[in-house]
Amino acid sequence: MTIRRTIGVLALQGAVSEHASILTDLGAHVILVRRTEHLNGLDGLVIPGGESTAIARIAAPLGLFPAVRNLVSGGLPVFGTCAGLILLAHTVEDADALAGFDRIATLDITAQRNAYGNQLASREAPVDFMPTPTVQPVAAFIRAPHISSVGPRAKVIATADGVPVAVQQDNQLAATFHPEITGESAFHHYFLSLV
Amino acid sequence: MTTDSTTPSPAPASRVNTGLARMLKGGVIMDVVNAEQARIAEDAGAVAVMALERVPADIRAQGGVARMSDPDLIDGIINAVSIPVMAKARIGHFVEAQVLQALGVDYIDESEVLSPADFIHHIDKRSFDVPFVCGATNLGEALRRITEGAAMIRSKGEAGTGDVSEAMKHIRTITQEIAQLAALPHDELYVAAKELQAPYDLVVEVARAKQLPVVMFVAGGVATPADAAMMMQLGADGVFVGSGIFKSGDPAARAKAIVHATTHYNDPAEIARVSRGLGEAMVGINVADVPAPHRLSERGW
Repeated sequence: MTIRRTIGVLALQGAVSEHASILTDLGAHVILVRRTEHLNGLDGLVIPGGESTAIARIAAPLGLFPAVRNLVSGGLPVFGTCAGLILLAHTVEDADALAGFDRIATLDITAQRNAYGNQLASREAPVDFMPTPTVQPVAAFIRAPHISSVGPRAKVIATADGVPVAVQQDNQLAATFHPEITGESAFHHYFLSLV
Repeated sequence: MTTDSTTPSPAPASRVNTGLARMLKGGVIMDVVNAEQARIAEDAGAVAVMALERVPADIRAQGGVARMSDPDLIDGIINAVSIPVMAKARIGHFVEAQVLQALGVDYIDESEVLSPADFIHHIDKRSFDVPFVCGATNLGEALRRITEGAAMIRSKGEAGTGDVSEAMKHIRTITQEIAQLAALPHDELYVAAKELQAPYDLVVEVARAKQLPVVMFVAGGVATPADAAMMMQLGADGVFVGSGIFKSGDPAARAKAIVHATTHYNDPAEIARVSRGLGEAMVGINVADVPAPHRLSERGW
């Protein structure tokens, strides 16, 4: 018998209900996290796509990111998609619009925001995902960031056309794309296996 | 666009285009008329900016034909911010839309705030790669826009008034119509589709899902943090604020307050906290004092 896991979805702004829906379908109990007290008792946390500039500004007065950083450093499994990857990345290039705002910054990568240009460059693409070598899940890249370098503590776990698009560092998972938009559950399934 | 009448239009909005709207959920999209306002909006936590030549309150006050913005102005705004940039085209003006797509905007708003270019047809949005948001006052209008390829719906309200009553009417109408549709037995959906003047398959999809297949924001008259929070409590996915910010006494503070109220829409103490010390709200006009021919929400068909 499996124990039902409680997964938080950071619910300040962005594609919150899409993640909540996939996690619920996979059997998790979902908590929407808007304040630090909502972090209590979580088995994992998802940081959804949205606008990282907006999320960072909304989070600042709530003290959420220092609390998340402590939990992640203590081993809490976390999964960030798109804006979530930007918030988890140790370093962000061209981060003028994020300057002066706290991020979680626990993941040993350098990322670049909106690296592919405007919305006309957004696309769906098959992803080579190492935990599922026989199937290529389809993911949506929407004004996607780019992983410009991967530090020694993180490893690439997915590529698209040979370019790194998802990384893992122990309990931390981050992707430049949106599995929640294509209804693709392989990545959430893998995340739950870390919980 | 109109070159080959025998070629069927491509499919409705793609998942990456409806998906971009999903990334904006829970956020505030702000009208801006220049790069400086765009920076203020981004710095306040806007999820996107809407580039236009004049805010609706000025269009209303100054009159005349309102058109797509100058490309230099749109370029200036695109270069000033890192968040998505939307820009308005006139209803039915497919060449303004082609120009906006060529400029590289992230979203086009086919908007009743500008003077309509076509009083019968809307733009064939399926023939574009860039996504569109369109206004609607009721469910049938929303479904017709989605059929034409809209990737996002914006309930219209009455732009440029600072009076939230029409925004209230439109979101309540759309949510009530969805609830009524969802309660119908399956064999009554054929006539429902006829009455909504919308395709049967889309009507069935909405009845099953109990929601639109695309994100719906509210617009038109939102001027305070409490206005924004009320729209969220009524089921909006997010809000557009037009004249309400840059026609107020302290735009930066008001913009930030509306962003926080939109996130914490169910927390009255937090809405109270952010509502303090914002200075003058936009003066506004009661919708009842706007003669019917000048009501923007009646444009669109």
